[in-house]
Amino acid sequence: MTTTESGSSDPDQRNRSLPVIENFSRRAAVKGAFATLGAGAFVAAVSPLRQASKNSSAAEFLQTHYTELSPEQKEGVLARLEAEAKEEYDADVTIADDRPIPGTKFVYAINLSVCNGNGKCVEACHKENNHDRDTNQSYIRVLEMPKGTLDMEQGTTSYSGVVPKGDKFYLPVQCQQCDEPPCVDVCPVKATWKEEDGIVVVDYNWCIGCRYCEAACPYHARRFNWKKPEVPADEVNPDQSYLSNRIRPTGVVEKCTYCLHRTRRGRLPACLEACPTGARVFGNILDPSSNIRWILENKRVYILKEELGTKPAFFYYFD
Amino acid sequence: MSSITAATENRSHVSSYPKFIGRSLWLATEGSFAFYAWMTMLTAVFLVGANAWANQVAGGMIGTNMTDQVSWGLYIANFTFMVGLAAGGVMMVIPAYLYHDRKMHDVVIIGELLAIAAIVMCLMFVVADLGRPDRFWHLFPIIGKFNFPISMLTWDVIVLNGYLLLNLHICGYLLYMRFLGREPNPAWYIPFVMVSIVWAISIHTVTAFLYCGLGGRPFWNTALLAPRFLASAFVSGPAFIIVAMVLIKKLAGVGGLDQPIATLTKIIRVTILVNLLMVASELFTEFYTGGSHVSAAKYLFFGLHGKTALVPWTWTAIGLNVTAALLFLWPGLLQFRRRPLLIAACCMAFVGAWIEKGMGLIIPGFVPSTLHEIVEYIPSQLEWKVTVGIWAFGLMIFTIAIKTALPTLKQPADR
Ligand code: SF4
Repeated sequence: MTTTESGSSDPDQRNRSLPVIENFSRRAAVKGAFATLGAGAFVAAVSPLRQASKNSSAAEFLQTHYTELSPEQKEGVLARLEAEAKEEYDADVTIADDRPIPGTKFVYAINLSVCNGNGKCVEACHKENNHDRDTNQSYIRVLEMPKGTLDMEQGTTSYSGVVPKGDKFYLPVQCQQCDEPPCVDVCPVKATWKEEDGIVVVDYNWCIGCRYCEAACPYHARRFNWKKPEVPADEVNPDQSYLSNRIRPTGVVEKCTYCLHRTRRGRLPACLEACPTGARVFGNILDPSSNIRWILENKRVYILKEELGTKPAFFYYFD
Repeated sequence: MSSITAATENRSHVSSYPKFIGRSLWLATEGSFAFYAWMTMLTAVFLVGANAWANQVAGGMIGTNMTDQVSWGLYIANFTFMVGLAAGGVMMVIPAYLYHDRKMHDVVIIGELLAIAAIVMCLMFVVADLGRPDRFWHLFPIIGKFNFPISMLTWDVIVLNGYLLLNLHICGYLLYMRFLGREPNPAWYIPFVMVSIVWAISIHTVTAFLYCGLGGRPFWNTALLAPRFLASAFVSGPAFIIVAMVLIKKLAGVGGLDQPIATLTKIIRVTILVNLLMVASELFTEFYTGGSHVSAAKYLFFGLHGKTALVPWTWTAIGLNVTAALLFLWPGLLQFRRRPLLIAACCMAFVGAWIEKGMGLIIPGFVPSTLHEIVEYIPSQLEWKVTVGIWAFGLMIFTIAIKTALPTLKQPADR
């Protein structure tokens, strides 16, 4: 078969100096009808979008980047988010805007000789940070490692049975709050950044959900909201902050924030408080009298994947 | 055809340009029954994809099979491949403009139009992969927040859109001059063509840098990635164009395509070997060195701890690539009566490159995960629907573009 040219199917047409108007308009009408039909079918095909747009307001759509919000705008945003939590989760929450305390740089350390892999930190994180109940999400993963190696390839995150096992040690991994965070570098829209106290945060209302940061992170610290988080009203932690544990929107990335809604108010991270063995130590490294400072100065500490040059603010040691 | 060149020269561009667009659209939607059937079929498939995507946006990306461990899947795999296809068109441009191959010069617009369709598909795949497509505007410079120059993704946004604009300008200008019946002025397009040659290399290099710059992903973290991307792009691009040319010749009776087909075949003969050489050298380094760096490659080729989802994909790709390479090396492939075999070889090379650069490259970057968990990934039905829908849309653009350009192809302009 051959593809025909304009009008060449009608031999008369080519010989005339003017196009045949009736034929032209008839074909135009047919094409117009097809185009309309196609457009209509397209509108029908993407109709689920209307459902999606119902869940997001114009104010949310137009909201600017966190760092560019004026104090009044910020207030409006926080009030809107609180109202949303009420509407969608039937929970009365307060969403604060906790800022870094000057002269603070938070650092974490875990004593691997003491950690026994009971996973209480994983659970505490799950509750504290309003994680999706369905997927049992948490920012912490614990690897069960055979003694005699630090090679994570030998470990497993899906261990079960009574812990601790004699020939194993346990390695909890969460966001390392790197000083050279690859996840921050790769973000195309600056939706994630490092704050003055060392905490890497995400503006959940600016993230476009490309998941480039998730690919860039060497510690599997980031999580994506594949679906709307489900938290029953009575289980919602109402004590929230904009940059940390407020219930996240669908389709954005989230991560451990060293519980900044607690730590910036002088409390300890939830995972530390929940740990029954006392393996976890947290504090301000700039404070010479802090516990964490003593540990870093006196213990032989190591960091994960040092060769990548990410400079974690998270340390491990054995007694 | 006479109608497309009939416009008078004296009229201003303000009135003649819209006419040109209208005329082109009219022409592009004229055709035989088979043409309408083809376009209707593509539209239907595209609508299925659009519907699947709308459901994904409404219900969250839980409808895909991606996970926090394998956080990119079929969409980014296709995106990577399509960047290559877009860059591959330059293998027509280089002989045409740098080596003054007249026959190639006459039909070079096919490669440029392919670049346009492929880049549009790239952009669609990126949007399909976004968790929040409604926040797309955050990516725009000035009104959004553009993390340039640190984020490689912003570079990619620039080079891909730049390449799209370059090719739109070159094709648009040449077709418009044709419509006006004027001789194209080299000053208005030759410099752009030269820039587009360098630019084509850049789009695939930057796309490789997206992956190879990530220290936490040993499988991607290799300096060979960008050269490998280019080599395989210069296989898949020409392979697609050869098949397209054979079809254009057959369906639209365009002449003068045989010599360009031969030239492209000779190009593939070299690039397919270069690509295989690089793959082999990569694999040697991985497997001979051993250690933890090899686990992704092990997973890809043989499976790891009993998980083998990618093994059939990768061996299919190797089989296709090697068979295609052998066929291309055989001089008899150029004989006219062996056209079906040439087409088969092109299809094998094309599919081989698609697997190698998609499922065979993106997925093993995530398996095992950075904490050495092995979570497997096989695309979900929704992902396939969206993907096939975008392909249908791309083919629609390509078909319409080629139809618009047919008069130019049939009467090669003296440019
Ligand atoms: S997923 Fe969000 S935070 Fe991560 S790189 Fe993309 S936009 Fe930035």
